[in-house]
Amino acid sequence: MTPLLEVRGAVKSYGAVRALDGAELTVDAGEVVALLGDNGAGKSTLIKAIGGVHALDGGELRVDGQPVVFGSPRTAREAGIETLHQDLGLFDNLSAVANFRIGRELRHPRMLGRLGLLRERAMERDWIAQLERLAVDRVDPRQEVGVLSGGQRQAIAVLRTVAFAQRLVILDEPTAALGLRESAKVLDLVARLPEQGVAVILISHNLEHVAQVADRAVVLRQGRTVGTAAPTSENHEALVSMIVGAVPPPSTRRS
Amino acid sequence: MSAAAVAHAPRGDRATSLGLRALQAGPVLILAVLVVVMALLSPYFLTSRNVANVGFQASFVAVLALGQLLVIITRGIDLSVGSAVGLAGVVAAAWAGTSGAGSLALFLAAGLAVGTVNAVVLVYGRVPNPFIVTLGTLGIARGLALVLADGQTRTGLPPVVSTLGSGKVAGVPIPVLIVAALALTLGVLLGRTQWGRWIYAVGGHPEAARRAGIPANGVLVSVYVLCGLLAGVAAILVAGRTDSASPQAGQLLELDAITAVIIGGASFQGGRGRVVNVLAGALIIGVIRNGLDLLGVSPFWQLIAVGVLVIVSLELDVLRGHLEQRLRTRAASA
Repeated sequence: MTPLLEVRGAVKSYGAVRALDGAELTVDAGEVVALLGDNGAGKSTLIKAIGGVHALDGGELRVDGQPVVFGSPRTAREAGIETLHQDLGLFDNLSAVANFRIGRELRHPRMLGRLGLLRERAMERDWIAQLERLAVDRVDPRQEVGVLSGGQRQAIAVLRTVAFAQRLVILDEPTAALGLRESAKVLDLVARLPEQGVAVILISHNLEHVAQVADRAVVLRQGRTVGTAAPTSENHEALVSMIVGAVPPPSTRRS
Repeated sequence: MSAAAVAHAPRGDRATSLGLRALQAGPVLILAVLVVVMALLSPYFLTSRNVANVGFQASFVAVLALGQLLVIITRGIDLSVGSAVGLAGVVAAAWAGTSGAGSLALFLAAGLAVGTVNAVVLVYGRVPNPFIVTLGTLGIARGLALVLADGQTRTGLPPVVSTLGSGKVAGVPIPVLIVAALALTLGVLLGRTQWGRWIYAVGGHPEAARRAGIPANGVLVSVYVLCGLLAGVAAILVAGRTDSASPQAGQLLELDAITAVIIGGASFQGGRGRVVNVLAGALIIGVIRNGLDLLGVSPFWQLIAVGVLVIVSLELDVLRGHLEQRLRTRAASA
């Protein structure tokens, strides 16, 4: 079976810093893959490339076996890939439902295009339905996001990413601002995505969370893929030593 | 937060929400207080003739402020609108022999041209600073106006210009009707359309807007172009008021327009601002100037009064941020 997504030999530099140095990643349809690595290992750089935020300097992205170039987040979205970035990307000045629907607003079907009136009621109804579908506590659709708590904000960002994904959801630390109960809900949400045929790339520092939902864990270190393993509790130690680099890679020294 | 949770929110929470709502209505409240005070101080203030006068004077600022609002919501600024007013008048006067409609088109085209140059240099020229770009076009447009008019004030504009600038319909100044129509249109565009939603999104978090697939460059171009076009409209009103086109027309009007937007509670950090409050801002400036004139207070004091109001408005914005922070903390601990 052709994998849904393949990243081959990904290279990306920021000035003199080589953030990705030949990283490899494969995700099958409906698979939950955890992407692990220490700070600065290149996880965020890699998912930004997959999400179309920036282009790779070298290497290749393939979707369904076909090489693709995502020139912008929009093209990645059109390919069915949604990303939750670490900074959430919420608009504090907009309401919960406006944030949820941003870039996908419902309009009255007239010939006015972007000047067509918004269907606020329909969007609010849909928002409430989505909350129910995803079993998340109600958030007032008209509440401005800037006044919500960190947990509520994160919930909105996660929902927005998950609700519209067709093929692949990329979640960068989706439980970072969440308490125990909310984390469990998000993980539950993630675990149910494969049922809908949606694959997941999950970045998390929490190996317990990873063990709960991921089929496979891929470890990055210093821009390279250094190993892959089932994220079971037996493999816990092995994963940790891969992450921290128990044996330093050649040509570099760790302080 | 569910509706039930809101109803059971602690008293402090509700007070904070109430405070936030009061702040949103702030500019209109300030205007109302000013009108009452001026009416008490001067019996002439509320006469229909004086009210019409305030309407005429505030209309230039209001039209420019509406354009400025769009730009400021996107974290930008347009310093060139005053000069665009001067240039548009001169351009129209240079071809004064044309028809009425042709003349109006010239006004609008000149404003549109200045706005388009701003947009193109800012977005496609990749100069990331609208302050500098529009400071440049402020000079260029004013200079062009002076060159084209040879420094002279021109007359002989078609009669439709002076009708629009100084006519009345049923006692209401036509410029006021024009402002009302523009404000209504812009209010709907900003508040009820996808394009308007995207303007707020680009101002609120430009990077996230791009990531969400919003054509941020297109949005930015549209607001600067529209701001220029509105400067063309303001130019018609300014020229129509005096039935002449001076290359000096509109000088410093850009500052009044920006002041009106800030008094109207829009934030320089972007993403915030409402049409109603911007109109209130323009009227506040008009009422202060007119009222102090009536009371025989020196124009020097008018400068001080408007300046104080700008600072007060900024402090109110700081207070808004503080109240929101408090609600956030409460929501987190709830």
